[in-house]
Amino acid sequence: MSDNSSRMPESLAEIAADFRDSSPQERLQLLLEFSDELPPLPERYAGHLDQLEQVHECQSPLFLVVEVGASPGVAPDDQRVDLFFSAPPEAPTTRGFAGILHEGLDGRTVAEVLGTPDDAPMSFALAEVVSPLRLRGMVAMLSRIKRQTALKSAASATPDAPASTPDASSASRG
Amino acid sequence: MVAVRASLEDMTSSPADQPGATDTTDAKIAAYAHPERLVTTDWLAAQIAAGATGPGTGIVILESDEDVLLYETGHIPTSLKLDWHQDLNDPLTRDYVGAEQFARLMTARGISRDTTVVVYGDKSNWWAAYALWVMSLFGHPDVRLLDGGRAKWVAEGREMTREVPSVPAGGDDAAYPLSARDDAPIRAFKDDVLAHLGKPLVDVRSPGEYSGELLHMPDYPQEGAVRGGHIPGAKSVPWARAAAEDGTFKPRAELEAIYLTEQGLSPDEDVVAYCRIGERSSHTWFVLTHLLGFDNVRNYDGSWTEWGNAVRVPIEK
Repeated sequence: MSDNSSRMPESLAEIAADFRDSSPQERLQLLLEFSDELPPLPERYAGHLDQLEQVHECQSPLFLVVEVGASPGVAPDDQRVDLFFSAPPEAPTTRGFAGILHEGLDGRTVAEVLGTPDDAPMSFALAEVVSPLRLRGMVAMLSRIKRQTALKSAASATPDAPASTPDASSASRG
Repeated sequence: MVAVRASLEDMTSSPADQPGATDTTDAKIAAYAHPERLVTTDWLAAQIAAGATGPGTGIVILESDEDVLLYETGHIPTSLKLDWHQDLNDPLTRDYVGAEQFARLMTARGISRDTTVVVYGDKSNWWAAYALWVMSLFGHPDVRLLDGGRAKWVAEGREMTREVPSVPAGGDDAAYPLSARDDAPIRAFKDDVLAHLGKPLVDVRSPGEYSGELLHMPDYPQEGAVRGGHIPGAKSVPWARAAAEDGTFKPRAELEAIYLTEQGLSPDEDVVAYCRIGERSSHTWFVLTHLLGFDNVRNYDGSWTEWGNAVRVPIEK
């Protein structure tokens, strides 16, 4: 647990600590706050869910897309990552997971996002309040975020390669 | 079988004497075999307005959803949450909680043995029906569904709140009595299903799951199986055929046209219903048992996540 926290970006590690320091009932309330505060899609994505990747492991429809910066003079690993999510209000648990990842990873660097441990979602002491089964959705979200970040970072580092949005079917796990 | 009928009659004959009398305001509900198992949003709203609901009163409302946080976003006034996964499942064994834990769950929600419990939830009451079925394993006498569930209540613009009602601290008298779980009448295990082969089985999953094209339910890949298909002889009747557009149950005549006329089921036959983990088939179990008056319907909660992963059980495609 502490090993994971030390490898997470500080912003995400702080959220994890807040959850772990709360009682189970407070953890649910905290998750609800993240759900309430998940930002809506910006105009360029609103109504264009086809440009987002669906995370099929979530029991409710969740779509996400990653943007990797291309600032001149900045090394690929230090480029900024932006995250965008869409999930309906009747799926607050899924929205809460997305809200945590948004708050913790949006605006971080490529290296920080890719360095986030795959099992970071297990560091929030959420298994006992939402069940391990439901937590799999958050694990899947993180793996899609890292995958898109790696792909898009590689694409922008090679100017000739078209920046591609990975399609959901090839990304689903066996 | 005699014992089964007797226990079902005990379960269904008493509600009229309970604090929450049967909802007789709706002709559609009155036509069902056991109208005391279903209430309308109008009826529930009237009970809430009259102050007749809440922990420790005659009527306790429970919300049971797929999404564990949905209750916290807003719920029907005076209701409490009962989560299928966190509350009703044993944390270790794939089974439901035992009598002691069930009594604690009920006591913590201000429910006594003679309380009228009204359950509602998301997804056309899948999880509400599942909670009702689990409460029936413990023989709770009067447990009902809200027709149309959470979606209908919200669509009608009725009041929602984030306020969680407090549960009065009762003495020992207020504690829910230890009630043994009696699985046999309404729950089937894998061996029961093997012994049942040749008799009516209803597969309530999507057509793709039934045919074996899909190894999991659309959008639920984590609940898959290593083999696809269905239990030999099972009829495919997706659960949603029993539900209208607004999530309410279809009228009795329409349900009879599906299950009796089209599928040839008979209310006096032994029927086993299954899906993937037993929640959608709880919905169908409710329809067959309480709306159409079948005497002996069992829900196979192991369902396809057990059958489709079990070694050497027969499968049909």
